[in-house]
Amino acid sequence: MTTTSAETALEGLGSYRFGWADADAYAADVERGLSEAVVRGISAKKSEPSWMTDLRLKGLKLFERKPMPTWGADLSGIHFDNIKYFVRSTEKQAESWDDLPQDIKDTYDKLGIPEAEKQRLIAGVAAQYESEVVYHKIREDLEEQGVIFLDTDTGLREHPEIFKEYFGSVIPVGDNKFAALNTAVWSGGSFIYVPPGVHVEIPLQAYFRINTENMGQFERTLIIVDEGAYVHYVEGCTAPVYSSDSLHSAVVEIVVKKNARCRYTTIQNWSNNVYNLVTKRAACQEGGTMEWIDGNIGSKVTMKYPAVWLLGEHARGEVLSIAFAGEGQHQDAGAKMVHAAPRTSSQIISKSVARGGGRTSYRGLVQIHEGAHQSKSTVRCDALLVDTISRSDTYPYVDVREDDASIGHEASVSKVGEDQLFYLMSRGMAEDEAMAMIVRGFVEPIARELPMEYALELNRLIELQMEGAVG
Amino acid sequence: MSTLEIRNLHVSVETDGEGPREILRGVNLTVRKGETHAIMGPNGSGKSTLSYAIAGHPKYTVTEGSITLDGADVLAMGVDTRARAGIFLAMQYPVEVPGVSVSNFLRTSATAVRGEAPKLRLWVKEVKETMGFLEMDQAFAERGVNEGFSGGEKKRHEILQMMLLKPKIAILDETDSGLDVDALRVVSAGINAVRETGETGTLLITHYTRILRYVQPEFVHVMAGGKIVDEGGSELAATLEESGYDKYVKVGAGA
Repeated sequence: MTTTSAETALEGLGSYRFGWADADAYAADVERGLSEAVVRGISAKKSEPSWMTDLRLKGLKLFERKPMPTWGADLSGIHFDNIKYFVRSTEKQAESWDDLPQDIKDTYDKLGIPEAEKQRLIAGVAAQYESEVVYHKIREDLEEQGVIFLDTDTGLREHPEIFKEYFGSVIPVGDNKFAALNTAVWSGGSFIYVPPGVHVEIPLQAYFRINTENMGQFERTLIIVDEGAYVHYVEGCTAPVYSSDSLHSAVVEIVVKKNARCRYTTIQNWSNNVYNLVTKRAACQEGGTMEWIDGNIGSKVTMKYPAVWLLGEHARGEVLSIAFAGEGQHQDAGAKMVHAAPRTSSQIISKSVARGGGRTSYRGLVQIHEGAHQSKSTVRCDALLVDTISRSDTYPYVDVREDDASIGHEASVSKVGEDQLFYLMSRGMAEDEAMAMIVRGFVEPIARELPMEYALELNRLIELQMEGAVG
Repeated sequence: MSTLEIRNLHVSVETDGEGPREILRGVNLTVRKGETHAIMGPNGSGKSTLSYAIAGHPKYTVTEGSITLDGADVLAMGVDTRARAGIFLAMQYPVEVPGVSVSNFLRTSATAVRGEAPKLRLWVKEVKETMGFLEMDQAFAERGVNEGFSGGEKKRHEILQMMLLKPKIAILDETDSGLDVDALRVVSAGINAVRETGETGTLLITHYTRILRYVQPEFVHVMAGGKIVDEGGSELAATLEESGYDKYVKVGAGA
């Protein structure tokens, strides 16, 4: 019998296929480590208003004061003194593709952005290379509709009144240690404002990439969807391989106003040494809908729990998440739904795949506040274990303060069965092909929610991960 | 001329805690292209073990003997290589593969077995026609593989695969079990269509003689106690229908 074990079939998942790295060449470099001077320096370089400088300093104080989380994944490998908190790759933003430096163009060619442009699948590209957005384009029709789609630095410069009102309104500066850190040193990210009643028909996309060893990536995204408006924001990233640990700690704040709808899709594929600690939260008003679609494939450690605060009647929140953990990886991901108004509803669907000793955890919180009558929530989490040395845990927290709430929770853990593999292989498929088909089928309910090119990319990533393991 | 030759086949299966147990104790069988053989026998006689051993299920270990297809050593091949060499097993209990559509599964299988992706337009037509022949609704192609299939749907799906993959040797493990009369008629028509091409050797594994009214074998083998204990033409099936397996069970137990 030449069938090899499931472990060997999936060894490919540990090797990082998109691991190229361009030579480091930075226009502005800063020292490692964090201090008041570093924070003031970042703010000064960006010529920010004083209230933002003060907010950053407040963030620094709270970051220093707050303890490291004692739950979730092991974060002992993070050394805050060994991180560069701001790196600028070019001094000026490029106006068009041709203006970009050649090595940056090469990077984006590898990511396939020009093709995506040609296909006109994307509405505007906010391409983040290093800490700062260098390439940004908005289609004219968006501008005509009054949609603002900028990198966050430019957004603050051009629309300070919107920032003063909303920045930190959904995720306060001291929300948690990493949100405080992000507030202190944030740089880049996307800023979107959609005026009342405007439906942005095509997904807005941003590609992210970090390229310096030990460089923290602290982007800050702020999205405001005004009454009755709709936007789908898509964020994807592939990162090169690093020789030592790297920290990615983003904050994403979203305001969904009355009867508005926002969908936020992320596929992250950080290299296997990145700590990915992200705070994502949306505040959803009456009749509004917030949908998080969240895919976590790479990184060493991910702790990410997209949240929706349902603040008005009939507000609705949804999280679809998918996580892959390979050797040495821990994906601690989930969702948080806070029902703070009557007749609100939420749905969480979480799927995870672990192999090669990797670990996935689902950690979720559903809260029904007093007065949130007739609210509904359903949670479904499914884990797939590809071998016997990997691990999956479920931590579902439920806190219900109203008797008429309806809460559903279903969880399952399954293994890739010998009989499933045998069935597919008896139809001529090689073992890695059969394994990839089983895994693709498992994540299909989420893949079908992705934009077409992302679904294809996800499928390709799964294939790459299963490839070449059977000798 | 495709020929499957099984010589003195001994097969063990791993049991829980009790070590390996020998199920097949020296099976000899030759199936040639265009021939139809029925293997009949009581429960526990080793019929399904034989089919799994030919297809290469990892739970079954061949301890002695040989299986060759046109002289090539089948036992040295992995499960997928056997399939690509032309061996097909229609399973008695095909498993669910959630989220994988039947159409994707069929096309991936055909690509693997044929060595190249079938031309899309011809393929769509081929699948459509074959599904029509098996009286299957076209919407079936978009369902997840075996997900929530009834017993009859599972068996039709297995026969659909056989018709599309055009194997040299088709093994049908209890394909008749759990079928109502209509489903049995349709499934049998599918098997006969493949037989009539003359390109496939068919090995029907069955407990009951019911399916043999629709699919008439030229050769009938009776299995008991892990061996083939009697052989004959289609008249042997008629005898079995009347007298059952009683006398063979005694022989098998004494062996």
